[in-house]
Amino acid sequence: MDLSFTPEQEAFRREARAWIQSAMPAHIAAKAKNHAHFEPEEIREWHRVLYDKGWVAPNWPKEHGGAGLDPTQRFILGEELVMAGTPELSPFGLRMVGPLIVQFGTDAQRQRFLPKILSGEEFWCQGYSEPGAGSDLAALQLKAEDDGDGNFILNGQKTWTTYADRADWIFVLARTNSTLPKRQQGISFLLCDMKTPGLRVEPFLTLGGTPAFCDTYFDDVKVPKENLVGPLDGGWSLAKALLGHERVSIGDVGRSTRALHNLKRIAKKTMRDGKPLFEDPGIRARIARLEIRIESLRMVIYKTLAGAELGKAPGPESSILKIRGSELSQEVDELQMELMGLNGLNWFNEGAVPAHEYWVPSNLNYDRATTIYGGSNEIQRNVIAKGILQLPGA
Amino acid sequence: MALILERRGTTLVPEPIIPSVVLGGTAVARAGSAAQKERLLAPVLEGQGTLALACSERESRHDVSRVATTAEQSGDGYSLSGEKVWVLGGDCADHVIVSARTGGAVDEAAGVSLFAFDPGADGVKVEPLKTMDGRRAAHITLEGVKVGPDALLGDAGSAAPLLEEVMDLGAAAACAEGAGLLESAFEMTREYLCERQQFGAKIGSFQALQHRAVDMFVELQLAKATMLLAALKVDADADERRKAISTAKVQLGQSGKYITAQAIQLHGGIGVTDEHDVGLFYKRMNVLMALFGDEEHHVARFTSLSGFERSAE
Repeated sequence: MDLSFTPEQEAFRREARAWIQSAMPAHIAAKAKNHAHFEPEEIREWHRVLYDKGWVAPNWPKEHGGAGLDPTQRFILGEELVMAGTPELSPFGLRMVGPLIVQFGTDAQRQRFLPKILSGEEFWCQGYSEPGAGSDLAALQLKAEDDGDGNFILNGQKTWTTYADRADWIFVLARTNSTLPKRQQGISFLLCDMKTPGLRVEPFLTLGGTPAFCDTYFDDVKVPKENLVGPLDGGWSLAKALLGHERVSIGDVGRSTRALHNLKRIAKKTMRDGKPLFEDPGIRARIARLEIRIESLRMVIYKTLAGAELGKAPGPESSILKIRGSELSQEVDELQMELMGLNGLNWFNEGAVPAHEYWVPSNLNYDRATTIYGGSNEIQRNVIAKGILQLPGA
Repeated sequence: MALILERRGTTLVPEPIIPSVVLGGTAVARAGSAAQKERLLAPVLEGQGTLALACSERESRHDVSRVATTAEQSGDGYSLSGEKVWVLGGDCADHVIVSARTGGAVDEAAGVSLFAFDPGADGVKVEPLKTMDGRRAAHITLEGVKVGPDALLGDAGSAAPLLEEVMDLGAAAACAEGAGLLESAFEMTREYLCERQQFGAKIGSFQALQHRAVDMFVELQLAKATMLLAALKVDADADERRKAISTAKVQLGQSGKYITAQAIQLHGGIGVTDEHDVGLFYKRMNVLMALFGDEEHHVARFTSLSGFERSAE
């Protein structure tokens, strides 16, 4: 592609779009229309629909259950899924631990875990952050000690373990060695069954009023050594490889585009001086500026994709997607709130505001997380400053 | 073409590519007869002469179909009268292409025509002007300037859509040159951060400045991606072209303002002197931002496109 799509690619887009429309269950489609929040059960339901189609893990190699699509087709599928408002699948199995097991796992691990990630029989959560190890992940202290009997014994705490209360497995970064010179050394990547005795989960609400976050406590939790992925004490390289699996995703840009459509609907249906807000030139200009910023970022994605078709690795331009994409998603929330006026006060009162406005206040709050999770935007800037701009160290 | 302009932008090459080739040249190439092309374009292609396009007036701002200059029938030719402002390269062009009204009201798209005239002709007054970026332009006053029938480019009264297209082509060229310019301004600043020492350390080791540099880098990537978008859509159908060009030109404004201003800021005092090159990027960028429709103009045009009305329902 050269920032536009070939006829074959457009045909694939039509095929994907038609399939999504026909495959989406009615209650999910109704929620999608109003930009509503999906419950984990609905996400699982949609996961199974995609699994049956063979499209649940488009980024996996075909031999492990991937969809066998080229990078542009994968992107188009992702774009259509986002634009149709389908539930965003849980990333922890499909986008995180799955690709790592493909890349670093043993054959036994692949056979044990990958099929059930694909089918949705087992859901995963991520055990990286700790109360004292957020942006400074290498400060993590969850201890994994060899019991001399073929097991690690885990003690400590993980936090922000999203949907740990509904997950079947957790992948953790744990400290297996504290005697090495650098903190990044001595960390191992372990897989742990959530039903293991001594493991306790305490969910808490997000700022958006939704359940998602959890604290996960480990009290002498036994993990068999065959659940170590990659080298002992070498888990940091897996954590870094995960960043490489992010690839080019429509991610925040797709969500912002959809949210912008919802924003225009709000502007058309909200009256001021007897006229819809959308007719006000000042409001239109602000919406246009936001839309232009989203379109510009979309072009960065297309440019990266065009490079991928030529076999090039994602260039430095793709490193900006997280920063700008997350900032834009927050800006769309903020403008929606502003346009809603006093309806923006609503906090989960059914029927008090139009359905397409119901989730905006919650999203405004939850989306503060977008500039924090996946490596805060400040950490992203540190990484780009050092890795790409090669600015001097402190 | 965009890639050539982008490379030229990196070194601020002061050649009249945009005024003579992109603006004047395209107007002739798209509207002119074979004989007119031979007469007006051949010298440009041979490097023997330059063209300029006179399409801005004191009250037209960025709307090229708002034309008060008139062209009245006179014998078998026309008589041109009016004032054109900020004609790029108009101080030294061998031929000037001018928009003038052969019919319709001042703000009507119908009735705008294009003529070529010799700036040395009777009734032409050229007032040469310096522009902020060290280049040249002119105000050109026409008082009953007589031109023959072969001066009319294309059909009388039908030039407004072409002029809008030429302006969009100019905007795409500005985005391309601008992307190259911003790359250089950014790189010069990055190098400075790696060299300059204060408080016993290279200033690029300070996190506040590192993050500023990354924000400049983010803006640079956006300008480069939308520059390509603009270049690829200059020949698309009108609404697709308008959307792409306006997106790119607004982005150029955003990225351009931020990167060139921060380039000066991070250079500190030396950046505000005429001794250092970094200020040249700032000057040229401000010119590119104003030409071919500024941000405000393109935001307004963006809201007028049919796609803008689309919403969730």
